[in-house]
Amino acid sequence: MPDGAVPVLDVRGLKTVFRTRAGEIHAVNSVSFHLKPGELLGVVGESGSGKSVTMMSLIGLLPSPPAEVRAGQVLLAGRDLLKVDAAELRQVRGAKIGFVFQDPMTSLNPVFTVGNQIMEPLLTHKGMTKAQARDRAVELLELVGIPDAAKRLKSYPHQFSGGMRQRVMIAIALACDPDVLIADEPTTALDVTIQAQILELVKELRQKLGMAIIWITHDLGVIAAIADRVMVMYGGQVVEHAPVKELFAHPQHPYTRALLKTIPSIHGARASRLQVIEGQPPILMAEPTSCPFRARCAHALEVCAHQNPLRHPVDSAALGLGHDVACHWSAQSAEVAHA
Amino acid sequence: MLDAAPPPLVQVENLKMYFPIHTGVLRRHTGDVKAVDGVSFAIPQGETLGLVGESGCGKSTVGRALLRLYEPTAGRVVIDGEDVASLSPEKLRQKRPTMQMVFQDPQASLNPRMTLAQIIGEPLSEHTGQSPQQQMQRIFELMDQVGLNRRFANRYPHEFSGGQRQRIGIARALALNPKFIVCDEPIAALDVSIQAQVVNLLEDLQDRLGLTYLFISHDLSMVRHLASRVAVMYLGRIAELSPRDALYARPLHPYAEALLSAVNEPDPSLARRQRIILKGDVPSPANPPKGCNFCTRCPKVFDLCRAVKPELSEVEPGRFVACHLYSETKPAAGSTGGTEATEHNQQGVTQ
Repeated sequence: MPDGAVPVLDVRGLKTVFRTRAGEIHAVNSVSFHLKPGELLGVVGESGSGKSVTMMSLIGLLPSPPAEVRAGQVLLAGRDLLKVDAAELRQVRGAKIGFVFQDPMTSLNPVFTVGNQIMEPLLTHKGMTKAQARDRAVELLELVGIPDAAKRLKSYPHQFSGGMRQRVMIAIALACDPDVLIADEPTTALDVTIQAQILELVKELRQKLGMAIIWITHDLGVIAAIADRVMVMYGGQVVEHAPVKELFAHPQHPYTRALLKTIPSIHGARASRLQVIEGQPPILMAEPTSCPFRARCAHALEVCAHQNPLRHPVDSAALGLGHDVACHWSAQSAEVAHA
Repeated sequence: MLDAAPPPLVQVENLKMYFPIHTGVLRRHTGDVKAVDGVSFAIPQGETLGLVGESGCGKSTVGRALLRLYEPTAGRVVIDGEDVASLSPEKLRQKRPTMQMVFQDPQASLNPRMTLAQIIGEPLSEHTGQSPQQQMQRIFELMDQVGLNRRFANRYPHEFSGGQRQRIGIARALALNPKFIVCDEPIAALDVSIQAQVVNLLEDLQDRLGLTYLFISHDLSMVRHLASRVAVMYLGRIAELSPRDALYARPLHPYAEALLSAVNEPDPSLARRQRIILKGDVPSPANPPKGCNFCTRCPKVFDLCRAVKPELSEVEPGRFVACHLYSETKPAAGSTGGTEATEHNQQGVTQ
């Protein structure tokens, strides 16, 4: 880790396996990353790449069985969350780590008022009285931009629109001033103009509250808009990791490069034909001994078939610090060889 | 604008689709959800019209009403010379092969108990008198066309991935050699790397078979790639209908402008520009605002907008906009629009 600041969250070698009747699915394979105070780490990947499972493993949200966190460390302020007991973990969830899920309709309880649900973590974690919790709930709703907050506390989730519900979810996640906020595709179910509102809100909240955020998405556009650093996942592994500008300017992994090319833009020249990544993402029935992207890779080498590449820093003076990639093929050496 | 050209394959005039609201014990008719409220457009043969808008704006309802999967409340839908909206049931059935649909969710639109061959073959046995051998031949042909391996013919939908399922849906839509296909968010449920595969397939098929598409989507960048003209819908009405390049270079309707500004570009320098952030949510189509539908959220709203509904009219050659900023009834409006546009530029909306 080349960066100076002490990370609030440090994940090392995380491995998560699902036991199914058909065999074990290796959903997360040796994922390591860290999060510094106040920074926004974007996690991109397709469905099945392991990005959500990674984050849910961190705070014990996966049902076990079938899930099993097999190895790794999750250090939150020096304490390994994989070693603490259930009661202690409950203290961490909500209080230290807030979670915002993709679909606000299914993650809010339809039979309780919104006020009730915002007050719940305050009553359990902060030991507030009802009156204190109510005041704080009004404050929180105002913070996330819900007009007429005191009145809206008595509303039920179905009385809010999708964008407003997501604001409520954010208010709940922020209730106990967590050090880390994990947002799992929070804007995917929303329309573009509403998504723009939520992104704007998150930028504002970051400035005001200064918490660290992990933002999971499959949308590289959203990443470009808000992330400081980006982690690209494929087949349960981190294949590339870099500061946001660096990643978009000098993508190294063939998957990242191909992904960036498949997305059409609303600016600039219009391609006559979209680039495609042929084939399908892998199903991880065994611990990978080869590169998971090999079958779809345009640059696959022989070594890719019998050795899963490790993450190594991208070493060039021209490129920024903190950029690493898990690939045997190297873009620069290929360019040099070409020239 | 289409005067000199041959008549367009699809011509929609003042299409309305209201869903009645019944309330009380007597289920009295107390109002309507005006899902589509007077939509008109034309699509020439071989062209793709993109229909974009946010959820609930009525874009899917337009697609379904066009193929008469809903009974339209009013309006004419002329497809290949016949008014589909008023055809008798038997005539409509004979007409069905000309017009087909590709649905959003391939999981929900394919029968899980039918094999791939049965799914693709069903329209053939319904509408043609082909023998089983001829049908099988045609099924294989269609599978080749959409890039499905012939060996998969006896498999069931759940054995396929999302992208492959969408190919099955496309093969079924192609079975009867249609002229016109409504694609209702065909890629919304797919992963980014698979989306491009399906979009390229749709384009190849259009080139090869001369198909005409109505491509319904909320993904503005994909629509830019596929469509030659784009209609932007808001709350049951078309806000702007323009040729693709003109729209993306300089949207005229304030809603189209805001919508384009909200798109996140996969480029950090572009994505962090100043955006137009619309306040509030889309109003309910059961109770649309008086005057212009967009007046509750429009950053350029003025008094006339809250009183009079603007009509869709041609403000520049080929560009149709429903906005008072551009209407002749308010001569000063043109200049207002101009200055407001520059104001926005000063706020850094320029690229």
